[in-house]
Amino acid sequence: MKGEVLGDVGLHMAETDNVVTAIDDLETGTEIPWGGTAIELQEDVEFGHKVALEPIQPGDVVRKYGEPIGEAVETIAPGEWVHTHNCESARGRGDRADAEVI
Amino acid sequence: MATFDGYPRPTGPAGVRNYVAVIPTSVAASAVADAIADRTVENVRSTPHQMGIDPPDGACEQIERTLSGIGQNPNVGAALVVALGTETIDADGIADAIAATGRNVETLTIREAGGTAAAVGTGVDHARELWDGIADARREERDASELVFGVECGGSDATSGIAANPAVGAACDRLVRDGGTASFSETPEFIGAEHLLAERCVDDEVRDRLLERVERRESAAQLMGVDLRGAQPTPGNQDGGLTTIEEKSLGAIVKGGTTPVRGIVEYAESLPVGGGLVLMDTPGYDIESVVGKVAGGAQIVAFTTGRGSTTGNPLAPVIKVTGNPKTADRLASNMDVNASTIIDGESIDAVGERIYETLLAVASGKRTAAEQRRLEEFAINELQPNELAELRGNA
Repeated sequence: MKGEVLGDVGLHMAETDNVVTAIDDLETGTEIPWGGTAIELQEDVEFGHKVALEPIQPGDVVRKYGEPIGEAVETIAPGEWVHTHNCESARGRGDRADAEVI
Repeated sequence: MATFDGYPRPTGPAGVRNYVAVIPTSVAASAVADAIADRTVENVRSTPHQMGIDPPDGACEQIERTLSGIGQNPNVGAALVVALGTETIDADGIADAIAATGRNVETLTIREAGGTAAAVGTGVDHARELWDGIADARREERDASELVFGVECGGSDATSGIAANPAVGAACDRLVRDGGTASFSETPEFIGAEHLLAERCVDDEVRDRLLERVERRESAAQLMGVDLRGAQPTPGNQDGGLTTIEEKSLGAIVKGGTTPVRGIVEYAESLPVGGGLVLMDTPGYDIESVVGKVAGGAQIVAFTTGRGSTTGNPLAPVIKVTGNPKTADRLASNMDVNASTIIDGESIDAVGERIYETLLAVASGKRTAAEQRRLEEFAINELQPNELAELRGNA
């Protein structure tokens, strides 16, 4: 597998990524080793979903595969689930284009 | 050298299957085409679709290109074109294009035959004769460089970008190294990853064309004032852990491997044989996208899925690859390759090797799960109003 497996529970695809992908159904409190310490899961996270490794502010780029996959729309703390509720695409946004025109 | 056992054709590369294709020109002839295929022998296959009698000009041209390409696919040894007889779509033109490649072709018009029952009767006679003409074909050893490998993903989840797609990408790299062609498509799923594809284009012309195609698909969402997030990633993709189109695209493009992008062709346009990695500009709908590549000449398709897909194609074997361990288990009878072992530590290259071996075995006659179950979906991409407006603007 490309990337680095962290503690058998998360897959970190590239060094610059601020999220990790759960490779099992993970429960609140699960620890993911990171940066010499451990990130504690703030909520249950399903297989294939992402967890923040670092604090992410609204407007910050969320990075996976070493590439931007979207922007945070809320403050996200380490150990929180990162998905459509707190991270949005920056592309294909006809809704935003309209708002800018007006 | 890698080889497969295929059916030689009068022109072009060898087929991996030996079919009589029964090709309706419109939805009005689809039921008759199905009935003819059902009542003949197993190797007579129909390609029923939903297109209407009198489509607008640009759409008509795309349908004719698709159906001609389907009849010219190396897996087709002979073809029967079936029309109601009132279509704008040129049945004779399609038959002529197929005949120009040295294949036997018949046309059948339901109106002239005297109605559906009579047309089915006459059609069965034609199909039997056409089959008799190719039934003696025997496989012979051919070079892997004759293979055109279509690559598709559907029902994606987070495992698609981690396991199944990179493994299929490794198989594409192997085939390209052996002189063959690989092709992936679904332009909406280049969005957010197009800069990585652009870097790999062989020249400025290919790069500009690729970026223009991506821009066109993305601006379609903007023109309509919609948020692409409503459709991409799909709700199912989101359940599987994919948050944005960028994330989906970055995971999707790896299914084409790592070799240079040699070109990008239109929907259903002929894919060059021995052309390396060539993209096709298609929408994101799996079935239409697979049909586009089969019309472009792909003899064989790999279809990766995370959440599960059971789809096949009437004329090209579809190899199912999943990277999701639960799908590998639940849909075991619909899957051909389990790539979820990558998550447990098997290397991407090792799984890519298994996929390449499967590709050669299927090319030589081994049946895929979809073929064993006769799963044969077929649909042609229907041009949207904005695309038709654009075509008119260019005319």
